[in-house]
Amino acid sequence: MDMSQYLQIFIEEANEHVQNLNQCLLQMEKDPEDKDVLNEIFRVAHTLKGMAGTMGYTKMTKLTHDMENVLHAIRNDEIKVTSELVDVLFKCLDALENYVNSVVSTGGEGDREYKDVIATLNAILQNKGAAAAPAVNKAPVPAAAEASEKYVTALVDLDEFEQNAVNKAIDMGMNALKITIVLNKGCLLKSARAFILFQTLERYGEIIKSQPVVQDIEDEKFEFEFTVVVVSKEDEQHFSKELNSIAEVDEVIIRPMGRFNNGVAVEAEKLEKVETEVRSADSAESHAAKETETQEAAKQNGNNAARKTQRTVRVDIDRLDVLMNLVGELIITKTRLEGTDITEKPQEYHETLEYLERITTNLNDAVMKVRMVPIETVFNRFPRMIRDIAKDLGKEIELVMSGEETELDRTVIDEIGDPLIHLLRNSCDHGLESTEKRKQLGKPEHGKINLTAYQSGNNVIIEVGDDGAGINIDKIKAKAIENGIVTREAANSMSQQEAIELLFRPSFSTAEKITGLSGRGVGLDVVKTKIEQLGGTVEVETASGRGSKFLIKLPLTLAIYQALLVNVGSEKYAIPLGSIYQIYEWKAEDVKSVQGQEVILLRNMVVPITRLADSLEVPDSHTKTQNKLKIVIVRKGEKLTGLVVDSVIGQQEIVIKSLGKLLTGIKYLAGATILGDGNVALIIDVNSIT
Amino acid sequence: MAEAQVNDFDTKQFIIFRLGEERFGIDSLKITTIDRMKTITRVPKTPEFIKGVINLRGDIIPVMDLRAKFNLPPVEETEETRIIILKLEEISIGVIVDQVLQTIQLSGEDIENTSSLINSAAAEYISGIGKVGGEIVTLINFEKLVKL
Repeated sequence: MDMSQYLQIFIEEANEHVQNLNQCLLQMEKDPEDKDVLNEIFRVAHTLKGMAGTMGYTKMTKLTHDMENVLHAIRNDEIKVTSELVDVLFKCLDALENYVNSVVSTGGEGDREYKDVIATLNAILQNKGAAAAPAVNKAPVPAAAEASEKYVTALVDLDEFEQNAVNKAIDMGMNALKITIVLNKGCLLKSARAFILFQTLERYGEIIKSQPVVQDIEDEKFEFEFTVVVVSKEDEQHFSKELNSIAEVDEVIIRPMGRFNNGVAVEAEKLEKVETEVRSADSAESHAAKETETQEAAKQNGNNAARKTQRTVRVDIDRLDVLMNLVGELIITKTRLEGTDITEKPQEYHETLEYLERITTNLNDAVMKVRMVPIETVFNRFPRMIRDIAKDLGKEIELVMSGEETELDRTVIDEIGDPLIHLLRNSCDHGLESTEKRKQLGKPEHGKINLTAYQSGNNVIIEVGDDGAGINIDKIKAKAIENGIVTREAANSMSQQEAIELLFRPSFSTAEKITGLSGRGVGLDVVKTKIEQLGGTVEVETASGRGSKFLIKLPLTLAIYQALLVNVGSEKYAIPLGSIYQIYEWKAEDVKSVQGQEVILLRNMVVPITRLADSLEVPDSHTKTQNKLKIVIVRKGEKLTGLVVDSVIGQQEIVIKSLGKLLTGIKYLAGATILGDGNVALIIDVNSIT
Repeated sequence: MAEAQVNDFDTKQFIIFRLGEERFGIDSLKITTIDRMKTITRVPKTPEFIKGVINLRGDIIPVMDLRAKFNLPPVEETEETRIIILKLEEISIGVIVDQVLQTIQLSGEDIENTSSLINSAAAEYISGIGKVGGEIVTLINFEKLVKL
């Protein structure tokens, strides 16, 4: 039996439970009296404990066990839910999350024990008498007594060979034992638990017979008990101790066996001496024994398990069905095409071709949809984060999220988390005023942060807004002048939008004091760079005294772009449409030169121009001799740059492909794409062109 | 390449191609496909011997001009010109050759480690000399060749 097959199930379920716990704890903080939430938390902690125990993760089991004790005390009204208590529970949650992450990356729970968290939990338990009125003598020990009903050891029929083995062992002075093990009814992964039991048994002896047979136990084809016949040098006390130290074992019944004579068992005299030992599944003293025991098992799990789980996307089965159907259609159409003679039935031939085109378009959409993940997966962690930040800052902050179901490409989802965290922190720290100030201004004490996602055409918009003070334009300008980014004159003539753009300059911060959150000047420029890498844009709207809003616009998918195809000499290049500002035809004589740099005067703005033929070393361009220049004005960060091309071909949807390992990092190029005629066109990286 | 490794060749299949008058061999296991000449898109800012990129069934593959790499004079493209697509570890690359001639079997004793005797720009990329009948073919170490 191999534990690795259970590992994936464990990870998936544990993640769900941890997420659930997170939401419940947030709810608990809002409404400490809510019994349903408390019960749910208790249930989750209990389930996690069971799962961790089954997999042999002892540290995780210990932590959840102590959590459970505290929760139990809360349920019995021995402890009141305070904000400190919720903090501790959140710490437990973090610890559990770390354990699960460790399992994901290494297959084992890791070495950290979170002694401090456990100590705090126990301290809370100790002090409960002080908190609750008269000391209640109801210790929160899981009621295990109820499991004490007796199980009759199953009759095990041994065949002749097995009987001989038993006889031989007894002759050699070894013990033959019939052991019936009863698992806890709440045991989640019965077969995995049985596996650990078998391992333990095999460490000390040899299993002669198992009932049900091992195969059935592996397939979970058994109730909650199974019986084995073991021969071993060790006696029944030893087995009783070892087996009882394993979690989720309710009862171990051990009977010594005597010699067999012609198939009739002569049970030992001590037949009546039945070793029954009921143990409370998790009594504290068994922890020590369990520790060494299951740690070994855990290590083995770790070795067997895949070291790293793969990056996967969970796909709705309906979407796969759509994909299957389309591929089916594709095959049918191909066959139809083969059977159609283009000279005899041109009409039918063209119809089939058109149909084929429709299928490929649909196929493209369907595959794209498979890659789409709801943004919920990113948003989920924010309520907790905002809560912690609010506590740190001493502000009251309410996070309102909407549009969690909006879908984005998997690659975008993976990258968008960090920029959003930056923006949210920014809103908490810079955006919202302190509680006192809000009171003075007559605003609600609760600062509000809105996080909204929605789809708009081929883009997804994510808005991060707050109802704080808004961006102080004068302060930005003053800071920019102080840092020597702009001159005083330039600052004075700046529009509001231009001043806001200053925020996105590297190492620009207006926070007076450096906090743990912001003020170090790494932030908005990183956000902007990241979003632009993803092919998106960031805009800011602000109203003094009413708050500010950051708008992130992202393409639905990264793989497909709208692009403008242009000719440079005889070569074709693609320019991403998102970065194009305008296209002009310009008289060659109107191109000025400023210190060797060619510029044009566009609506009183000086825009530098670049001849692509020169940058890209195209040999046969005619732009030098033309008297009219085609100039594609592109946005390069905040600035505009003109790219001189020979002619414009038109707009086209392109699929971005990498140039491959050999040709990485070539200046001016963002990749390549395949055109309709099968030839390759290179994509221009607008940001790097000079 | 170390002598020991050269002698390790059991019998291997080589594809023989022509570049000018000289004949070269490539281990056939490294070849994905051999294609006729197709439109090559020039990539700026690359060494001269990188001719550009082609579309090979949806993948973008860089193409190397072996003549330029070996300092041979350029020639007109003919009916015989071929692109040999190689897969070297993780890199796929195409090389332009004048003509693909045949496949041959070479065993360890047919190969001589005499790269030091050859005095040309190609010398450092040669893994050995193969003898086929009375003729000789130069065996190229493409892994070394593509290290730009």
